[in-house]
Amino acid sequence: MTDRHIIEADDLRKVYRLGDLHVHALRGVELSVRAGEFLCVVGPSGSGKSTLFHILGGLTPPTGGKVRLDGQDLFGLTDSERTHLRRKKVGFVFQRYNLLPTLTASDNIEVARHLAGNGSNGRDPRFEEVLKLLGIHHRLHHKPRSLSGGEQQRVAIARAIVNQPAILLADEPTGNLDSKNSHIVMSLLKELNQYTGQTILVITHDMAVASFAHRVVHMRDGRITEEQVDYLGM
Amino acid sequence: MLNKLVVENLKHRPVRTTLGILAIGLEVTMILTLAGLSRGMLEDSAQRTRGIGADVLVRPPGTSVIGLSTAPISDKMLDFLRKQPHVTFAMGTMVYPLGGVTTITGLNLDEFEKLSGGFSFTAGGPFTGAGDEVIVDEYYARQSGVRMGQRIEILNRQWRVAGIVRSGKLARIVVPLGQLQDLTGDNGKLSQIFLKVDQRENIPVVVQSLKAKLENYPIYSMEEFISLISVDNVPGLKAFIGVVIGVGVVVGFLIVFLSTYTAVLERTREIGILKSLGATPAFVLNLVFRETFILVIAGSLAGIAFSFVTRWAVMTLVPASLSQAIVPDWWPIAMLISLAGAALGALYPGLRAARQDPIEALAYD
Repeated sequence: MTDRHIIEADDLRKVYRLGDLHVHALRGVELSVRAGEFLCVVGPSGSGKSTLFHILGGLTPPTGGKVRLDGQDLFGLTDSERTHLRRKKVGFVFQRYNLLPTLTASDNIEVARHLAGNGSNGRDPRFEEVLKLLGIHHRLHHKPRSLSGGEQQRVAIARAIVNQPAILLADEPTGNLDSKNSHIVMSLLKELNQYTGQTILVITHDMAVASFAHRVVHMRDGRITEEQVDYLGM
Repeated sequence: MLNKLVVENLKHRPVRTTLGILAIGLEVTMILTLAGLSRGMLEDSAQRTRGIGADVLVRPPGTSVIGLSTAPISDKMLDFLRKQPHVTFAMGTMVYPLGGVTTITGLNLDEFEKLSGGFSFTAGGPFTGAGDEVIVDEYYARQSGVRMGQRIEILNRQWRVAGIVRSGKLARIVVPLGQLQDLTGDNGKLSQIFLKVDQRENIPVVVQSLKAKLENYPIYSMEEFISLISVDNVPGLKAFIGVVIGVGVVVGFLIVFLSTYTAVLERTREIGILKSLGATPAFVLNLVFRETFILVIAGSLAGIAFSFVTRWAVMTLVPASLSQAIVPDWWPIAMLISLAGAALGALYPGLRAARQDPIEALAYD
């Protein structure tokens, strides 16, 4: 872990309008994530953690406040510039895996590489090692429907880190998995963080998941309410 | 990678892909069949007219280039025409419709012999004078399964096939002129008159002279007449082809619109995934258009193949009547027409997909 900040969120606010009703999803969130850090944002449903995930990933703009991603003001960019930045700097892992069902696991990973403009530059030995670490190197020619939930999520992780992003954002990555697979996936994320220095931010409501992180941030009603470092002795 | 994504998408939904290809194929078939029928009929007519060997043609007042259904010219006109300068011979025929585009032609074989050297018989021979005799060409015999000596019914009468001739001269079904005139109550009447001129360079002179003397009669050199046998000179045909092509474009537009629209809806989540991975709107639009392009190419190839099937069907279901040509020069035209309709159809769903909000798309079930 270094002192360089990958994410710096300053006074983030987000208001959704539902007819005449204004829903305040974020009410001034301050958050920074250091390079190489493994951070968990924990909170109950409706606490604003998914909104925070979408804003930090550049998928939706905040109503107020600023986000700097690897030094760049994320919402000072045009849509197109933000899309290009997202390709290179952010890797997403979702609760529902979100693999393209028409493509094999290998092609799902390749799409991300292609979109980032890295193309098929032959085999990347480092990435081959990551695939082995994730335990999916022998399942790459299967389509998602023939993979188990745990395998699909591991492919999604591989896809998220294939372009060596500045940060891996995971939204409830174990939400659709049983406890055994949840443990496997979180252990893999932890190993990735330890061995490759990958910065990881996980959104979860599950305290067992949070136990894998260096730091845990609690959210409630759109605010950060508590912060714990080296949670459970880590 | 983009092409792989496109191909895998198409393979992943085989029923939708097949239906899309078939629908575009039908659109292309419709265009090719119409163009083929128009050309087939006209080329057939032009070839048979060319085979007559005449130099000038006199048609009844008020007739178009294509189609004769009456016999309003008196046969006394023959004597008048034979006396004109440079005219060496004149022969009249009567054409009577049998239904659809099929006609029967009455002529005097001896006169036809003088005009064009006569028919070339592949079976049988000229009329024997026994009455109720018909001569058919090979095409009609083959298509209708008619054999030499067989009796066939035409105009509620049994005719014996006296001879089968090579195709490409004047008519497909020929009977003695006098007998056809009797049967139809048109005694002494002709549908058109063919003239032979002494020297080729005198043809324009004869045409000009006759036009001056027979003001209301369309009079053509045969060369001019054959050149006029085209889509442009068949009343309403060009407009009809235009309407069918227009309908084809609309059908293609609707098919592709519906198919792409439902595909985009069905794949909302996949589009959200691509966008979260950094796909730009242009990338998504490109994806939709490439899929459409493949459907059009495959549909066009299917349409070309179907046009051979419609040709076979036309020849089988209405033998010796309609003639459909295979029109390779129309293949790219039909493909471009269907591409235009399909591109229009894919535009709105494509733009909708391109503008999809990634968060909403990812939440789509």
